[in-house]
Amino acid sequence: MIHSFRYNHKGRDLHFIFDVESGSLHNVDRSCYIISKSLYGKLDSAEKSELDGMDKQLICEITAELKQLEGEGGINCANYCDSGDKQIGEIKALCLHICHDCNLRCKYCFADEGTYHSKIREYMSFEVGQKAIDFLIANSGKRKSLEVDFFGGEPLMNLGVVKSIVEYAKAEASKHGKEFNFTMTTNCVLLTDENIKWLNEEMYNVVLSIDGRELVHDNLRRTINGKGSQSLVLANAKKFREVRGDKSYYVRGTFTAHNLDFAADVLYLRDQGFDQISVEPVVLPEDSPMALRAEHLPAIAKEYEKLAAEYLESRSHGKWFNFFHFMMDLDGGPCVKKRITGCGAGCEYLSVTPYGDIYPCHQFSEEKGYKLGSVVTGEFGLDISKKFAKNTVFNKPDCMVCPAKYYCSGGCCANNTHFVGDMSNPYAISCEMMRKRFELSLAIAGIERSLV
Amino acid sequence: MKHINTIVASGMKKTGNIGCGECQSSCQSACKTSCTVGNQSCKHQGERVNTTAKPLI
Repeated sequence: MIHSFRYNHKGRDLHFIFDVESGSLHNVDRSCYIISKSLYGKLDSAEKSELDGMDKQLICEITAELKQLEGEGGINCANYCDSGDKQIGEIKALCLHICHDCNLRCKYCFADEGTYHSKIREYMSFEVGQKAIDFLIANSGKRKSLEVDFFGGEPLMNLGVVKSIVEYAKAEASKHGKEFNFTMTTNCVLLTDENIKWLNEEMYNVVLSIDGRELVHDNLRRTINGKGSQSLVLANAKKFREVRGDKSYYVRGTFTAHNLDFAADVLYLRDQGFDQISVEPVVLPEDSPMALRAEHLPAIAKEYEKLAAEYLESRSHGKWFNFFHFMMDLDGGPCVKKRITGCGAGCEYLSVTPYGDIYPCHQFSEEKGYKLGSVVTGEFGLDISKKFAKNTVFNKPDCMVCPAKYYCSGGCCANNTHFVGDMSNPYAISCEMMRKRFELSLAIAGIERSLV
Repeated sequence: MKHINTIVASGMKKTGNIGCGECQSSCQSACKTSCTVGNQSCKHQGERVNTTAKPLI
């Protein structure tokens, strides 16, 4: 499969051809772009007229180059075939819901302000955390690198237990020949100097939730008393950033229908001194006033284009920063197996509630029909995992014809389930945004690597 | 070639050491509400995409 696209860089149209199966990216001239589309894709009527008016010798010359490239395996490569399901029974990562409580009341929270729709504010005990670590090690098979994400609600509200779990996991890892990477997602409210020091030492990655500009953030991320939280959160996140150095972290925001100009929030975060930034589209039912709907997609696409232009400009002029959705390692990214199996929810990645119940991922937590077992009772069945194991790109007909299939792996199982009703049918709004970001990421890579 | 400038030649790993399962679970990075896998790194090649370095060449 070939994906041909254009990108306007500083008023100049650049043309690219991306071979989906080999991951090869080529910058081509306009004539080659048209001819490659005629050979491997579909021309629109204007392009067809352009081809009709092209010099025959030029067509022969370009066709010969494309055929040479095809012979070298750089274009029109054969489809990768793998009909196998995902592996089950070997777990790699747990998302520990360290508490179902939060000190913010964010209006778009998928976890219903921390309670996951249970209306009960629960805290994980050390004993449950211990059992979760035992469960992970016992079910990790031959995997060496294991991961535990401390999630909530707000995990810093139960930091004492987090610290005990980390100590326990490290001791158990050395007994069993395993390694743990710990991560945490926090809203930054309780980031004291002491907490920052500990997190910096123990966490492989820390995700700091902040939406960007003060008005945008404070509109949706408020305290229990209804006050804005941005000034406190920003100050704490900056303190963490200062201590963190080159170690892994992200500031992570959410954009909604209220801030379709979200590029301004990304750049705001850059200007506050952050260089690892992720701002994600909100996922909410269509009847929410904050929800992103189909009619927003053209504006969102334009905003991503604007962000891409600013991104290139900024990085080339001494203000380097990384935007999570424009990251792409074209030479050393994940292998094809990883790309077709995606996030691993329900199989290698599971979540554990404060009282020890096991779910396919944090987004399915407390959802009827999705409980796999309990780390407390030891009960654990693979029936639900078997259903998730079939959730590969090859079992999603819509994805098989999508050029971004090896980059999003068929989308988020939870979003597909909650908004389409079937995890094998991708959520169209997410797909549109993904394809736009995918194309821009390729263009950015192309420009930064060879066209500056 | 006169009309084609190859920027990346065959970046997709389909053979050799694939499917080892040691790379980071994507939801443990910064997603949590979406799925993005293509922007991650292979464990065997080290973290390459979000380092504060200049673009990869």
